[in-house]
Amino acid sequence: MQKFEYASPTTIQQAVALLGNQWGEAEVLAGGTDLLALMKDYVVSPKRLVNIKDIKELKGITMTASGLRLGALVTFEEILDNAQIKRNYPAIWQAVSGVTSPQIRNMGTAGGDLCQRPRCWYYRAGYGLLAKDEKGNALVPNGDNRYHAIFGNEGDAKFVNPSSLAPALISLMAKIKVAGPKGSREIAADKFFVAPKSDTEREYALAPNEIVTDILIPSASGVKSATYEVRQREVLDWPLATASVALKLDGKTVKSAKITLGHVSPVPVDSEAAAQALVGKTINEETAEAAGAAAVANAKALSRNGYKIQLAKVAVKRAILQAAG
Amino acid sequence: MAEYKWPEAEKRKYIGKRISRVDGPLKVSGKAKYAYDINRPGMLHGKILHSPYANAKIVSIDTSAAEKMPGVRVVKLVQGPGTTVQWAGDEIAIAVAADEQTATDAIRAIKVEYERLPHVVNDEKLEAVPAANKRTTQEFVQGEPDKAFAEADVTVEGYYGNAIITHCCLESHGQVVEWTDANNVLIHPSTQAVSSISNDLAKALEIPAGNVELKMDFIGGGFGSKFQIDRWGTECGKVSKMAEGKPIKIMLERDAELTIAGSRPSIYAKVKVGAKKDGTLVAWQSEGWGTGGVAGMGAPPLPYMLRTASGIPNIKANFSSVSTNTAPSRAWRAPIHPQVAVITMGALEDLAAALKMDPIEFLKKNINLFAPRAEIYSQELDKAMELSNWKANWRPRGAGAPGSTKTVKRGLGVSMHTWGGGGHASNCDVTIHPDGSVDLKSGTQDLGVGTITVLNIVVAETMGLPMEAVKIFIGSNRYPASGSSGGSTTIGGISGSSRRGAVDALNQLFAKVAPTLGVKPEELEAVDGKIRVIASPSKSMTWKEACAKLGSQPITVRGVNRAGDRELSSSGVGGVQIADVSVDTETGIVKMNNFYAVQDCGLVMDLKTAESQVFGAMIMGVTYSLYEERIMDNNTGRVLNPNMEFYKLAGAMDIGNMKVHMMTGKGYDERGPVGLGEPPTNSPGAAISNAVANAIGVRVPTVPLTPDKVLAALAGKKGGQSNAKI
Repeated sequence: MQKFEYASPTTIQQAVALLGNQWGEAEVLAGGTDLLALMKDYVVSPKRLVNIKDIKELKGITMTASGLRLGALVTFEEILDNAQIKRNYPAIWQAVSGVTSPQIRNMGTAGGDLCQRPRCWYYRAGYGLLAKDEKGNALVPNGDNRYHAIFGNEGDAKFVNPSSLAPALISLMAKIKVAGPKGSREIAADKFFVAPKSDTEREYALAPNEIVTDILIPSASGVKSATYEVRQREVLDWPLATASVALKLDGKTVKSAKITLGHVSPVPVDSEAAAQALVGKTINEETAEAAGAAAVANAKALSRNGYKIQLAKVAVKRAILQAAG
Repeated sequence: MAEYKWPEAEKRKYIGKRISRVDGPLKVSGKAKYAYDINRPGMLHGKILHSPYANAKIVSIDTSAAEKMPGVRVVKLVQGPGTTVQWAGDEIAIAVAADEQTATDAIRAIKVEYERLPHVVNDEKLEAVPAANKRTTQEFVQGEPDKAFAEADVTVEGYYGNAIITHCCLESHGQVVEWTDANNVLIHPSTQAVSSISNDLAKALEIPAGNVELKMDFIGGGFGSKFQIDRWGTECGKVSKMAEGKPIKIMLERDAELTIAGSRPSIYAKVKVGAKKDGTLVAWQSEGWGTGGVAGMGAPPLPYMLRTASGIPNIKANFSSVSTNTAPSRAWRAPIHPQVAVITMGALEDLAAALKMDPIEFLKKNINLFAPRAEIYSQELDKAMELSNWKANWRPRGAGAPGSTKTVKRGLGVSMHTWGGGGHASNCDVTIHPDGSVDLKSGTQDLGVGTITVLNIVVAETMGLPMEAVKIFIGSNRYPASGSSGGSTTIGGISGSSRRGAVDALNQLFAKVAPTLGVKPEELEAVDGKIRVIASPSKSMTWKEACAKLGSQPITVRGVNRAGDRELSSSGVGGVQIADVSVDTETGIVKMNNFYAVQDCGLVMDLKTAESQVFGAMIMGVTYSLYEERIMDNNTGRVLNPNMEFYKLAGAMDIGNMKVHMMTGKGYDERGPVGLGEPPTNSPGAAISNAVANAIGVRVPTVPLTPDKVLAALAGKKGGQSNAKI
């Protein structure tokens, strides 16, 4: 990796002041499970690393009647060890349990999960976020795209969002609290991710000098939630498709639903169609299947990832059935 | 007088018993040192610049910026302008510096101008490969295949194949090399060939072979990829010389390891097989192809095990070699066997299904075609059926074994395999010291197969001593030469040399002490730490007392096993494996439930390490059957997954339950030890692929059996498509 300056601030204000106005100048170091590998592979080469692990305000899990707050530095292991999260926010707990590496669970943070970079193998091999060769030819459409997007792949970005938490957070209508030089703001989880149009843009709605500070999830009282990941292996493996659902029921009838797909698109897909297919229905194999079919009705396969459409459909169906218990 | 032949079962104290690996504690505690762990005083680090292109002519190279960097000691070209590199990852230049990062910065500062040429990196779609990259390497005919197919009652056609996988050694390739003076070199490599690669290094460095000393205590995996000194090894010696002989460490980075340091050839084939109504196999036809890189590949033996005079009577087997711009393949744990097993045993299972026969019944019906091991396979099939409770669990194809649900289908599949594994040439020196201590020195290596443990067992068994009374020294080319560890030849080879050396040394000791005991040397035996008279066991002396008779001079005897020697070991084994899987038909994900291996390796030297070796092979087998694949990119010509993230290996929770049964006793023990490294790696692909076909009712043509392929096969089944046409 290239040489860099290392800063270890103890307050949010110091941290954001150390970040530049341009992407790539500085990078935020939390668990480092993604960033350090990116630096070793020269995919990112910041001049400065801002270590935020010494900022106490970014730590801790708090649960109140109004909801759950996860500090950006909360590790996946802390979430897994929290019985209240497991009970009240199963979609979050199940998403985290899909990360089956103890090392990643111990080091990886909630904020880092949201800000990690795509796993697209062209990006990781140095062909840029939009995966183009020296002549500017797009590599994904004619290349090996077995793990790429089946939604939102019309533009240049064809990678899939790698976040484990994102689908659950969007379904639970969480807000991402971020801090910059001018103070804090809250971004709805479904607005946090963006599909970049150039290699110099990022996949999230942060400014270069902003950091994620908190994840705020409203009370899930009366909400049944679940996350289902389709993963090939039990050992650490990226999901091929993920679905998170949050349901409110009136007796046995679905009053409202929020269904989000992960690992299928440059940004998580909030499927209104799947939710609508479920509202007013009783949950059973058939209605869950119909919601799955509705979720993927507009999916569009690339040359060799058609199978992911089926997997996304199954993920939605199984997440719904899992949530309904 | 002690004899060479192996002791009878009732007399064996260690041979065939369940003995823990003697170097286990060193390995689990991290005390075992590998090449990667070697850090010599004043050591420098070398990094390799690899070609980013799969086919390109080097136009120019500018190393000036790298050379000027502070801390950079050497910048050396490996391939100069005018050279054409034929695969991505090929070595272009090496930079040496005091630390790894500076060496890395230096290679990144080297400017290379390439003239890019068209590349071919994938071969499964044969029709997409240019004619210039294809050549016929085999047109085999036996009997009258056309006539036999015309007369067959049932024929099936299918497409089967294997993606390319890599060796993926946990410890990457590399070494530390230094010039200890102007004429002498010391190398710490990671190698499967302790007694031979030093000679290759000496040749490259133009010094006498004896001037290279090689030391390697442990190796972190080889699987057939570490027989050569390799260009990074010879270049390491050259740059060390350029750096005043300083020790230089060059270990491949993980991406280079997965790109250039070894791969297993692909093999694909369209197959037709025919049988009589009663299941008698009568005809085989295959059109195969595959690649081992730029040089293409030879002609694999299809059908596996059955292309003999006593095998399938009518065979037509053609093969096309495909040349691709990918790094050359290397021997991969049972070269070619796992691939041809997938093709052959897959086609036979499909034929059995078409005949509505239990595949084990089908194999037994044709067991004589598997001569000369028909009897062994029969016994092993019975044992495997018993272990897997086959009769209770197996169901006809697509019916779903017990435990199947609407979406998750369980299935069982079987495969058989063979391998040679005769002992290699091996030498060792066995020394009995006057103080009673015993040691053995041999220029062999322990790839994890248990070489050290088996040497220890043989000497202790022969001399009637406890295991810990014997010290084993291996891993140096200054010890008597022993063969490289490949082709399952090590245990056969080192067992023979150590047995002979130990017997001869013991007989010399008997000669020394016989007068004291008042008998002839041939009337003595060594048992339980004593030398005693066979006819009158109370007449004895302790081992220590006996050795004291040596005076000041130890006994050192050379034990020899010649290649092809079949007095103490033999060649040729059979094995049977049964896989029990569950397939999620909605996601295409395959999970292992149970996996059973029944294996023959002649005389088992150590039951525990033998079983371990079979477990290792089965785990490797699950991995290549379900996950592993070197993914090449047509656009860039590069490997897309040269990392442990997308080059997928099985984890502990992915392998299911495994059971190993080693065949022993009459018919096995008298053949002496036969190598075991390769054989159990041959069947997993076929057994697991057959289990999946049994579960879901349709063949998934190629391994790895990934969700996309399983779903495609299921979709094809619904559409009524056939697997392939020949």
